[in-house]
Amino acid sequence: MSTASPAGPPSGTSPSGPTPPDTSAGWRGVATEDDDDLSATASSFLRGRSRQLLGELLRPHRRALWVLLGVILVQNLAWLAGPFLIGVGIDVAVPALLDGDPWPLVWTTAAMVGAALADTVLRYRFLIGSGRVGQAVLLTLRRRVFTHVQHLPLSFHERYTSGKTISRLTSDIEALAELLDEGLDGLLTALFSVLTIGVVLLVLDPPLGLVALLGFPLLFLLSRWFQRNSTVAYRRTRQTIAALIVQFTETMGGMRAVQAFRREPRNDELHAQLNEDNRRAHHRAFWLIAVFVPLVTLIGNVITVAVLGYGALRVMDGDLAVGVLVSFLLYLRRFFDPLQDIAMFYNSYQSASAALEKLSGVLEERSVVAEPVDPTPLPSGSGAAAGEVVFDRVRFGYGAATVLPELHLTIPAGQTVALVGATGAGKSTLARLAARFYDPLSGQVRLDGVPLDQLADADLRRAVVMVTQESFLFSGSIADNISFGRPDATRPEVEAAARAIGAHTFIAALPEGYDTDVRKRGGRLSAGQRQLVSFARAFLADPAVLVLDEATSSLDVPSERLVQRALQTLLADRTALIIAHRLSTVEFADRALVMDAGRIVEDGSPADLVAGAGRFADLHRAWADSLV
Amino acid sequence: MTDDPTLETTRGRLSALARLWPFARPYRGLIALTFTGALLATLTQLVIPLVIQAVVDGPIADGDRAGLVPLLALALGFGLAEAALFFLRRWAMNISSLQIERDLRDTLYQRLQRLPIAFHEGWPSGQLLSRATTDVSTIRRFVGFGAVFLVVNLITCAIVGVLLVLTYWPLGVAVLITSIPLTAFGLRWEKRYNAQSRLVQDEQGELATDVEEAVQGIRVVKSLGRSRLVFGRYDRKALRLHDLQLVKVRTLAQIWCLFEFHPQITLAVILVGGSLAVGSGALTVGGLVGFVALFTVLLWPILSLGFLLAQAQEAASACDRIGELLDAPLTVTDSPGVRPQQVGTPARLRFESVGFRFPGAGAAILDGVDLDVAPGETVALVGATGSGKTTMTALVSRLLDVTSGRVTLDGHDVRDLPLTQLRGVVATAFEDATLFSMSVRENLTLGRPDAGDDQVAEALRVAQAEFVHDLPWGLDTRIGEQGLSLSGGQRQRLALARAVLGRPSVLVLDDPLSALDVHTEALVERALRDVLAETTALVVAHRASTVLLADRVALLEGGRITAVGRHTDLLAEVPAYRELLSSESELGGSANLGDLSEVGSR
Ligand SMILES: Nc1ncnc2c1ncn2[C@@H]1O[C@H](COP(=O)(O)OP(=O)(O)OP(=O)(O)O)[C@@H](O)[C@H]1O
Ligand SMILES: Nc1ncnc2c1ncn2[C@@H]1O[C@H](COP(=O)(O)OP(=O)(O)OP(=O)(O)O)[C@@H](O)[C@H]1O
Ligand SMILES: [Mg+2]
Ligand SMILES: [Mg+2]
Repeated sequence: MSTASPAGPPSGTSPSGPTPPDTSAGWRGVATEDDDDLSATASSFLRGRSRQLLGELLRPHRRALWVLLGVILVQNLAWLAGPFLIGVGIDVAVPALLDGDPWPLVWTTAAMVGAALADTVLRYRFLIGSGRVGQAVLLTLRRRVFTHVQHLPLSFHERYTSGKTISRLTSDIEALAELLDEGLDGLLTALFSVLTIGVVLLVLDPPLGLVALLGFPLLFLLSRWFQRNSTVAYRRTRQTIAALIVQFTETMGGMRAVQAFRREPRNDELHAQLNEDNRRAHHRAFWLIAVFVPLVTLIGNVITVAVLGYGALRVMDGDLAVGVLVSFLLYLRRFFDPLQDIAMFYNSYQSASAALEKLSGVLEERSVVAEPVDPTPLPSGSGAAAGEVVFDRVRFGYGAATVLPELHLTIPAGQTVALVGATGAGKSTLARLAARFYDPLSGQVRLDGVPLDQLADADLRRAVVMVTQESFLFSGSIADNISFGRPDATRPEVEAAARAIGAHTFIAALPEGYDTDVRKRGGRLSAGQRQLVSFARAFLADPAVLVLDEATSSLDVPSERLVQRALQTLLADRTALIIAHRLSTVEFADRALVMDAGRIVEDGSPADLVAGAGRFADLHRAWADSLV
Repeated sequence: MTDDPTLETTRGRLSALARLWPFARPYRGLIALTFTGALLATLTQLVIPLVIQAVVDGPIADGDRAGLVPLLALALGFGLAEAALFFLRRWAMNISSLQIERDLRDTLYQRLQRLPIAFHEGWPSGQLLSRATTDVSTIRRFVGFGAVFLVVNLITCAIVGVLLVLTYWPLGVAVLITSIPLTAFGLRWEKRYNAQSRLVQDEQGELATDVEEAVQGIRVVKSLGRSRLVFGRYDRKALRLHDLQLVKVRTLAQIWCLFEFHPQITLAVILVGGSLAVGSGALTVGGLVGFVALFTVLLWPILSLGFLLAQAQEAASACDRIGELLDAPLTVTDSPGVRPQQVGTPARLRFESVGFRFPGAGAAILDGVDLDVAPGETVALVGATGSGKTTMTALVSRLLDVTSGRVTLDGHDVRDLPLTQLRGVVATAFEDATLFSMSVRENLTLGRPDAGDDQVAEALRVAQAEFVHDLPWGLDTRIGEQGLSLSGGQRQRLALARAVLGRPSVLVLDDPLSALDVHTEALVERALRDVLAETTALVVAHRASTVLLADRVALLEGGRITAVGRHTDLLAEVPAYRELLSSESELGGSANLGDLSEVGSR
């Protein structure tokens, strides 16, 4: 997508066809990507989709919008009354005053003040009202996209990348905000003026009116041209902005590596390139509007001259009064000026619509790991799982390559299973399937006999909790991070969890204890401390099935021991799947599995395996040797 | 930061916009063109009615058909000119404002890359992002539109104001006087508006932070099933933003209405005053009509001042926000006059009574660390979780700067070396393997873009990372965001390969084998030995197996190095070391080898 092909050629691939590898920028590397450049039908499909989304968002506010329309109409009348009243004042009130009658002046002035007040009050109502609608629409959209993105499966996030998701949720939504902020007001006022004045023109003098309307076919063609080109141009700006955001978030996220490896100059270059692409994309879009608006003006001016010429001839022929011609020309000006506003609105609309296309694209994504419509309850009835996990002829791979060819595994409730194996063997993959991060390509993963894809999400998450290899902490206090495992936990419960796994000592030593802000991604803590906190988080969640993916790899040995002792107590009546490279973690398991290239090659109690002559015994010997 | 009290004093001032000048300067020609275009267009608009007037008074009155042609041509000419000037203004404005936006964003990005790690740890990521995107765009919009029309409209107001006074001074002065309350109220509201738009912008940054965390922490959210909790947090902020926006909308509406109300009331004043003047014979009716006509020219410029000033305020607070980043001190930089020094390969690395304290934190993390790593020697750094090992390694390549004492390479204080030289000499493998969304090759040659294929191959061999050849496009495969499409051990080995690439003078490895299985670990260790023999290395280790890579081991405890020596000696002599690393303690829990007695007594 945009991240991959900042300068990619349009290639119009069909949505279902295989996508060619993209090789446009060498440093980014090759990957299969879906392409953003579109054929004409796909393009109009996208436009329709974004219009539909906008319609959906505005529909709940239909009534408010009609009211606003009424308000703006009356307000416009009040605004137009001012100049009219002063004309009346000069024509009527001043002569009356000269005749010694002050009342007409008083009345006209009062009317002017009244009109000004009405205008101001109505304008205020309108601004507040349209602000409310606009902000409500944005809030709805924010909520919708955020929730939706959260429910999309990991495979989506891996494909889409966080930078792009972030740009959808920030920059694209703000593009719509611009439209709602600036557009609505101008559009309604302008449409109103154009319509009323158009009618006035036709009534005033039909032949001249027709000449004035001659401009419309031209305007129509012009806006067709503008629409077609600006759709493409603005679509491009959404891509280039997203590419910038991806680059930005990645740089800021990996700042240590960036600085330590002197990546700054190269990054400067890459960023400058993306930034320049973005400038160009915007320049293209703005260039279109820079041509479009003056051309609208030009058409208006040419029509004015035509009307002037034709009108003058008719006046000379005696067909037309001079006064009519003059007011006609004045109105004509008022007719074409708002057209510029409409053009500007159209422009914001095009820009927002490109953003909406992207947003509706995300909203259209269907979860391939969806929650079942009609979930099966767990057999225990109480909602608590017993914890039996079964992998039944599970086949799985992320892309073309198969990671798990055919996996059979039954873990009875309450058993602690250790899983070891070479890196890249597929241990984490197995763990992710147990937590239903992905669904198997074929076969089933079952909890207490119920396939995971038939369990309600809430049931599944209560029953199965996984501590991932990356211990991600959220910015916020340590207590918040731990109680992420169980949001309703009290402070003593949080502390008890921390104490149980041996994290309390270091937390208590922090200046603000449990209220210490761990900063972004837990940067305030050391790697081991982060692992302890994410461990405490899972501990507090208290699931029936606990999956630990190298959850203690960064701990020192005594801390690891503490965690293991805590685990032995905790896991007494729980199912556990523990992935670890340090065999000390494995030895208190009831059962050990050795995995190789996606298959389970050894299975037995740790003691038996150590005593045997298989891989586990090998591993164990190597490990024992490594300890010296 | 967002709640910095010193901000209050800088709020509400348009002078913040002065910061833009250096960015606008290179494009001042274009900007001048924009202004000229806008002004001339305004003038042309005034001329067209005059031509119409001339047609009515001339040819039509005289019935002179031939005389019509030149006037029509003139009108057409002005019509063309108006459109051309519009185009000119937009064209010049596009070029300049987009380039200013680009330059500003580039500068910001470059600055952020050079700000110290300590700075980055303190700033929520979304706040940086929202400044680089939303705020920079706000400024672009102001430069490209608001600034131009603010000036053009003010000039129009001034000119018309003078003309009004010249037409009939008592009424003219009266009109000027009515503008005093407008200005007074306007300024008050603008100030409030500035504060409010600052709040909105800050909240947008907060929201961006939440978005970023929710998206990047999606695995944790999913594995604990906490989408609702995370949504709740986000929703609170989104609601707050919604409310703040509405407050801002209200203020804007008030400003707008004030600027809309004012000229209409002034018109009424003119009517009353003018009529009285006509009544007293001081002004002719024609004079009054002229005066009114002149004033109506002002209606739009005055009205638009309201939102133009609001736009200026938004841009000003965006400037303030960006300024906070651009003004943040570059604490880790080349001190003046540093020159490259002779640093050998391998180099001698010394910590001399090094102290380190995180800014704002209470106790020092490191306090009097002394350690001497001879050229070519490998020293393992051992210490409990959170004892400061990572902190200590960060001091070598100046990701953090010591707060007392010094770190030297071949006798030169690292702060006396140019940063580029220092970071070229020292290579680090961090404890979390940061990979970027780029090809494998680009990820590997991050610090050494000139590395040859053989060097890459060797680094891959040392780190046992040859699996990359099995990836779909080999070394050219893009590894996904943060390398997540690789397994944990695969990522760690790539990070290791990156560090050993090109055989740096000093190698810093922070727990480099933690995610590897025993067999792979042994293979890596064997290959790594050759590399370590030739470079000076500091290796953070939690396991005895890693410690064995080193010639000597240093124990970090309580902020200082309490013991240095060979592994076996330390095991025999130092109880604290034994507790951390002895095989008994690691084997403690196993049923057949266990001895739990010493464990957990930290
Ligand atoms: N999200 C993903 N997308 C594509 N491929 C992946 C993804 N995650 C892992 N892989 C690949 O699948 C294989 C198995 O990975 P997995 O993470 O399960 O290994 P592992 O046994 O956990 O290894 P380690 O001990 O290094 O963590 C590896 O070859 C890896 O490159
Ligand atoms: N930005 C920070 N501000 C304040 N204190 C910090 C900051 N970063 C880390 N610390 C604290 O400094 C101490 C040392 O952290 P460091 O990361 O150096 O530990 P470590 O020895 O590498 O631990 P581990 O073995 O877990 O990686 C920890 O107690 C940590 O809480
Ligand atoms: Mg793994
Ligand atoms: Mg560390």
